[in-house]
Amino acid sequence: MGLYVDVARRRSVLIVRLSGELDHHTATQVRQRLENELSKEIDTNLVLNLEDLTFMDSSGLGVVLGRYRQISQLGGQMAVCSVQPSIHRLFEMSGLFKVFSFYENEEQAIQACGVAS
Amino acid sequence: MSEVHKNFMELSFASRSENESFARVAVASFISQLDPTMEELTDIKTVVSEAVTNAVIHGYEEKTDGVITIRTYMEGHKVSIEIVDQGLGIDNVDEARQPLYTSKPELERSGMGFTIMENFMDEVTVESQAGQGTKIQLVKHLKTHQQTIQH
Ligand SMILES: Nc1ncnc2c1ncn2[C@@H]1O[C@H](COP(=O)(O)OP(=O)(O)OP(=O)(O)O)[C@@H](O)[C@H]1O
Ligand SMILES: [Mg+2]
Repeated sequence: MGLYVDVARRRSVLIVRLSGELDHHTATQVRQRLENELSKEIDTNLVLNLEDLTFMDSSGLGVVLGRYRQISQLGGQMAVCSVQPSIHRLFEMSGLFKVFSFYENEEQAIQACGVAS
Repeated sequence: MSEVHKNFMELSFASRSENESFARVAVASFISQLDPTMEELTDIKTVVSEAVTNAVIHGYEEKTDGVITIRTYMEGHKVSIEIVDQGLGIDNVDEARQPLYTSKPELERSGMGFTIMENFMDEVTVESQAGQGTKIQLVKHLKTHQQTIQH
């Protein structure tokens, strides 16, 4: 169990793939890692790939929304992709579906950010 | 003869964030004897995670010397889960239960915990007293296999 954070870059897009379980305990690690990566100021856009995320609760909503605010302040775009149905429900419930863009796969999410930047 | 299946478990643990995953897995594994669907199991894991996280963050403000107790009762297809802390308690429960209400926005909380509990469970009861602690009771009627377990 636990959470694994994998980071890749393509042009101005920081691609973050989360696998495992995102809760209050593991959220700290994601927050620190992403704040650190974003502070390098190489990237202006963020793609969050949740394909291998097997569990998430409200702590995950908080981290995702926090990074959205951070990237918006830097003038960038954020896209979330490959969200599993159980996690999809949480995003819907919280209204975050209306706040940022969701895509079926990583390529579409990257394209969406790339075109806009 | 068959009768309504009844069972019970109780566990207590330190108010440490690493116990959040332990707590939801323990309850899910106990419930699995009722043969729930994947969706029901995920719902239960999520709400246990919400209530335990609230006890850790709000009840004990991340101090690790608090105790959190979970009791899980089964009766037929009804599952009741109690999550109890002896932490700070909640001044205004009605306000706390409002969607998007959080007393800790600086910690990137979204204020969705109670809303998720209410959406995923059939009943949510909150008993709390400032300075005394909080007890959350969550009830769900599993819709799976209408069989009674043979004795
Ligand atoms: N066990 C508890 N002890 C003390 N206060 C609590 C407890 N549980 C909840 N609260 C209070 O109720 C509020 C709402 O809880 P809720 O879980 O809905 O949101 P949150 O925990 O603030 O944010 P999120 O759950 O989205 O991360 C909390 O901000 C807190 O003030
Ligand atoms: Mg909460």
